[in-house]
Amino acid sequence: MLSFFKKPRFRGGVHAEEHKTATAALPIADNFPLPKKLYIPLQQHVGKPAEPLIMVGEKVLKGQLLAYSQGLISAPVHAPSSGVIVDVNDYPAPHPSALPIRMIVLETDGKDEWVKTQTVDDPFQLNPEEISLRVGAAGIVGLGGATFPTAVKLNMGRENHVDTLIINGSECEPYLCCDDRLMQERAEQIIDGVRLMLHGMESEYAVVAIEDNKPQAYLAMLAAAEPYPTVSVIQIPTRYPMGWDRQLIGYVTGKEVPVGCRSSEVGVTIHNVGTAYAVHKAIRYGQPLLGRVVTVAGGAVKRPMNVEVPFGTLISELFEFCEVDKEQTARIIMGGPMMGDSLPHVGLPTVKATSGILALTQSELKNTDEQPCIRCASCVSVCPAGLRPLDMANNIRINQLDAAVDLGLKDCISCGCCSYICPSNIPLVQYFKYASGEVMARQQAQHKSEQTKRLIDARNARMERIAQQQREDELARIAAKAERERLKAEQEALV
Amino acid sequence: MYVLSAIVSLTLLGLFLGLLLGIAGKYLKVESSPIVDELEALLPGSQCGQCGFPGCRPAAEALADGNAPATMCPPGGSALAEQIAALLGLDLDLSDVKEPELLVARVSEDTCTGCTRCFKVCPTDAIVGAPKQIHAVVADACIACKKCVEVCPTECLQMHPIEVTLRNWRWAKPLNVPVQPMGTGSNAIC
Repeated sequence: MLSFFKKPRFRGGVHAEEHKTATAALPIADNFPLPKKLYIPLQQHVGKPAEPLIMVGEKVLKGQLLAYSQGLISAPVHAPSSGVIVDVNDYPAPHPSALPIRMIVLETDGKDEWVKTQTVDDPFQLNPEEISLRVGAAGIVGLGGATFPTAVKLNMGRENHVDTLIINGSECEPYLCCDDRLMQERAEQIIDGVRLMLHGMESEYAVVAIEDNKPQAYLAMLAAAEPYPTVSVIQIPTRYPMGWDRQLIGYVTGKEVPVGCRSSEVGVTIHNVGTAYAVHKAIRYGQPLLGRVVTVAGGAVKRPMNVEVPFGTLISELFEFCEVDKEQTARIIMGGPMMGDSLPHVGLPTVKATSGILALTQSELKNTDEQPCIRCASCVSVCPAGLRPLDMANNIRINQLDAAVDLGLKDCISCGCCSYICPSNIPLVQYFKYASGEVMARQQAQHKSEQTKRLIDARNARMERIAQQQREDELARIAAKAERERLKAEQEALV
Repeated sequence: MYVLSAIVSLTLLGLFLGLLLGIAGKYLKVESSPIVDELEALLPGSQCGQCGFPGCRPAAEALADGNAPATMCPPGGSALAEQIAALLGLDLDLSDVKEPELLVARVSEDTCTGCTRCFKVCPTDAIVGAPKQIHAVVADACIACKKCVEVCPTECLQMHPIEVTLRNWRWAKPLNVPVQPMGTGSNAIC
């Protein structure tokens, strides 16, 4: 009876049509032909871009370090195959703006020749710090889409004495099933990666959370985790955005992460299943992160599939392999349909964040015919962050961003539930994305104006000092002259 | 009796406090309104004159007197207008305020003679150089006051719009569809 008064275990969210059947039953395709050219961006992660250490014309082997990480939060980049570096220059980024960023262009030689890799017999004998170092050196970042460097997260977990590691196997976005297939086919490797991460973070136990629309993945992971009492596998309800870290932590542990805090502060860290698999490969075989499983799906795709591709593969080549109908493609999306980014063209490379590439037809897109708000508050009930999207959007529409920030704009996670549910087709999340960028720009402008005042004051003080110096010099000169004249007069008087 | 004592005490109190106020008004007189100082601190301080006033101080005075709208400062944009309106307690409609185009000065290396005139006038020391050496602008410190453009003898210093990169790219505002005002009852569904 008392449970009636308890807080619900999750808040808001939607259950979108899943669209996963087309690819969920197909094994991961590993017959993707090696592209002739790979366009490898130097920044595929959160933080500072990597710094290249190769020369144009240099021959590189598969897995060789191309660019090293600089700064505390960064990740290195490795050669996904063997070949020759033909260019280091600006090329369009896989981003809604397709603005240029620095990339290394690798012309592959087709030999796929590995560099010598470092392996260990028993990784559990390694120091936890050594695990982090190796994970960092392998260029592993969060493969759920956030691309935060995993080594930094492991270190934070160790420093904050995190006791629970949650492995996110929810894959709550529609269409995507790369994690589902990975869990079905490579469960043992993933569990091994999870145990290595536990060792690296010095944490006690791990929970693998899988949405209940993936029963086969659940069974496979359950079987793989059985020998290890520290790793448990649980099923969670299917509801978007279950994969949001705070939602997942709340559901699995019952803890709420306070606003402005990291999850490690409540003793929990989340990693994706794909990341765990990458950690397994990096520690056991010394293989850096060179590629990933990508879901190619959508109404315009004739052969939808999950396919393992090297980073730097152009989307156009991927689309050719999956036989995408160009005529029918109304929108190309990198990631899932709810939070993914719409891409302007297909001449862009796949990167560490690319969990899926969708080619959607017109009929799959949401109607954008905007109508007035009817104040039905559907958006309020689905918001997982507990915000009032309609009020925020009204304020943003008339540019009153401060009011929107007071209503909690900064807690918006851009999950898109509000836009999805809105019966009036109001582009709510689009307003919030715009406003967040604008608030950021204003903060930068504010910071710059403070800096400007400081610079002006420093300059005025310097000018004043110089003028003062000149005055003193002038006075000294006059005094010296008077002194000289006095001496001269004295001498004349003596004569 | 009670009535009388109340009248007397309140009268005395009133007289005493009035006297105090009178003295305070004489000895603690403020020459300029403190709101002007606060407004001036908010304004950019580059004395650019784009508002039509000779500098930021006169502009702040005009704002305090109510002779200028909160949206008067073009370089400040709507962010500044919002701060001014909050300080002065004004109602503000920002839907038609134009955001300023961000500019930055750049030296054309072909025509720079190294005359040092520009960095002498730069209020933020954003130009670095030495005599007969090509000068360069530190873009992060440039406030687009255009003082260097005026003194450059070879017109090699020009203002350019700030280049959009992935670092400063932002989502655009969704296209506005005319929506009836809220709360008027005209859009209520029954």
